[in-house]
Amino acid sequence: MSIETWGQIRANPKFQKFVKKRNRYSIIMSILVIIAYFGFILLVAFDKPFLAQKLVPGSVTSLGIPIGVGVILFTIILTWIYVRRANTEFDTEAAAILEESTK
Amino acid sequence: MNPTTTSLLAVAAIILIGVFGTAFGAGPDLGQTTQQTTNWVAISMFAGFVIITLGITKWAAARTRSVADFYTAGGGITGFQNGLAIAGDYMSAASFLGISGLVFANGFDGLIFSIGWLVGWPVITFLMAERLRNLGKFTFADVASYRFAQTPLRSFAATGTLVVVAFYMIAQMVGAGQLIKVLFGLEYIYAVVLVGVIMMMYVLFGGMTATTWVQIIKAVLLLGGATFMAVMVLLQFGFNPEALFAKAVEVKTGMALDLGKTAAEAATAGASIMGPGGLINDPISAISVGMALMFGTAGLPHILMRFFTVPTAKEARKSVAWATTWIGYFYILTFIIGFGAIVNLIPNPGEYFVGGDLAKGLNGGGNMAAVHLANAVGGNVFLGFISAVAFATILAVVAGLTLSGASAVSHDLYASVWRHGNVDSDTELRVSKITTVILGIVAVLLGILFEKQNVAFMVMLAFTVAASANFPVLFMAVLWKNCTTRGAVAGGIVGLIMSVTLTVVSPAVWEATLGNPKGSALFPYSTPAVFSITAAFFVIWLVSILDRSPQAKKERALYPDQMTRSETGVGASMASSH
Repeated sequence: MSIETWGQIRANPKFQKFVKKRNRYSIIMSILVIIAYFGFILLVAFDKPFLAQKLVPGSVTSLGIPIGVGVILFTIILTWIYVRRANTEFDTEAAAILEESTK
Repeated sequence: MNPTTTSLLAVAAIILIGVFGTAFGAGPDLGQTTQQTTNWVAISMFAGFVIITLGITKWAAARTRSVADFYTAGGGITGFQNGLAIAGDYMSAASFLGISGLVFANGFDGLIFSIGWLVGWPVITFLMAERLRNLGKFTFADVASYRFAQTPLRSFAATGTLVVVAFYMIAQMVGAGQLIKVLFGLEYIYAVVLVGVIMMMYVLFGGMTATTWVQIIKAVLLLGGATFMAVMVLLQFGFNPEALFAKAVEVKTGMALDLGKTAAEAATAGASIMGPGGLINDPISAISVGMALMFGTAGLPHILMRFFTVPTAKEARKSVAWATTWIGYFYILTFIIGFGAIVNLIPNPGEYFVGGDLAKGLNGGGNMAAVHLANAVGGNVFLGFISAVAFATILAVVAGLTLSGASAVSHDLYASVWRHGNVDSDTELRVSKITTVILGIVAVLLGILFEKQNVAFMVMLAFTVAASANFPVLFMAVLWKNCTTRGAVAGGIVGLIMSVTLTVVSPAVWEATLGNPKGSALFPYSTPAVFSITAAFFVIWLVSILDRSPQAKKERALYPDQMTRSETGVGASMASSH
């Protein structure tokens, strides 16, 4: 079934628009993670005292700890945001385009 | 269940009894200094785990009839289950014991590695998971070779798989041998043989179904045990992390004073655990390690093949989201556990340190911090539990590695390259099983061969190869329309060779492992990933755009179809569940 079906799907301008939109979203999300992570790594590489400084005057906890744990939580939250949107909005849209294209 | 399965389970029981039986005779006077007295609580708990998982294997064996069952559990795993299994594959003993040990020794530095090991996951979620599911069938080579010449691409992908599996496997087998001495008080060789035999039974009879369930059970036990430890530690401080950190700094300062430092030096040493230290010194190493960890995850064959066990792209996405959640949660726990070990173990050197001397380090080595903490917060029974879980972790990870190695040999090399796809399911299944046995034997031999070697660099090397060889090929084949067979294979080979050779001449191997004088390493950084990944992508690009062959033209023309399938899942192989 496939080769012909693929051609029909591709011929649908909505499909092209949809793929572009979803890929843009994926790339933006990837870039956010890369910025968060390499930002953290560059701090480790170039500005260790920044991460080692006290969170508030008099505390033992350093600024690096909430930042590090923050990167972990950010990663998890971003993943769920993406998956939620992909599994609902994108999948519904894709299904509609498929149905329309293969009619 | 067939008679062979029954008889093999019986054989396994005999081996288990034999191994543990001889432990009676072994006693604590045999063996090296690190071997502890036989820990029967830990051994019985581990035996319990083995019996339950072999029971599951028996159940899975009845459902493992075709190659699709064997490689991918018939595609019948749900996203939530697969997420736990992926987390299980990823939370190896190296990350549990290694990271908590790193935090115990260096504090904050441990967190840097945890984060690196986590951030590959969202990239897989956003860019790869769905496409892998839509294009692949059994191995990641299916995805990478979708529109390419099968023989060269699959030969390369199988090589990349086997190299990664070998390095990862050596680290696991040697780790198992070292752990069994400390945890169970048994000989090194027992561990290696035990892991080899039991994991072979999981894979041989239960295929992916058994391997997945073993991983799920192990992941739940590990997460449960680690949660208990972290809660117990936080309970000591009224759930106030600031109080925990303050106590840890105080303890570390006291330790430095005991070791003969001046008051000022001791204060610096104590405070140093709250910030990044000397673990990563130069910026290039920091970035390089970061890239190896981030992109290596997306090139590990035993992780990639898990995306073929779920029925749809939707479930594939859910798998990674759950996996990311569990793994992130787990790394936060290991951080707390490491600090808990500082405040609970260092004040009791008599109980936890070699000869009661802080200067000589923890009994059984620095990686034992989490294990000793289990004793400190949960007594002997909980120590037995954590020991059993740590060992079960290795067993489960080795099973996953073996399965991915076996599928690379039987599906990519045998069925596709050697027989050009003209092979029936039964024959391919038979070849997979023969390969599993061979890989099991090889794993045991590697474990024995590397007993006395320092294998600390092996996991990093596996990640570097995965990031430099497998990941660029997969990424470009799926996402770049002008990529050709020649480009992919040339770039992949460059990444593979560069990552291995530069690692060999880096300080971790050239100096720390091969014993050459300090400063003689030709390559000065912790890992070559930043260079080898870049080189692989560059060569793939360059060779592909220069490739004017008719084959290349055909491959580029096939891209739109590949793209349509990878974006929609139309035509994707739907392995059906029974």
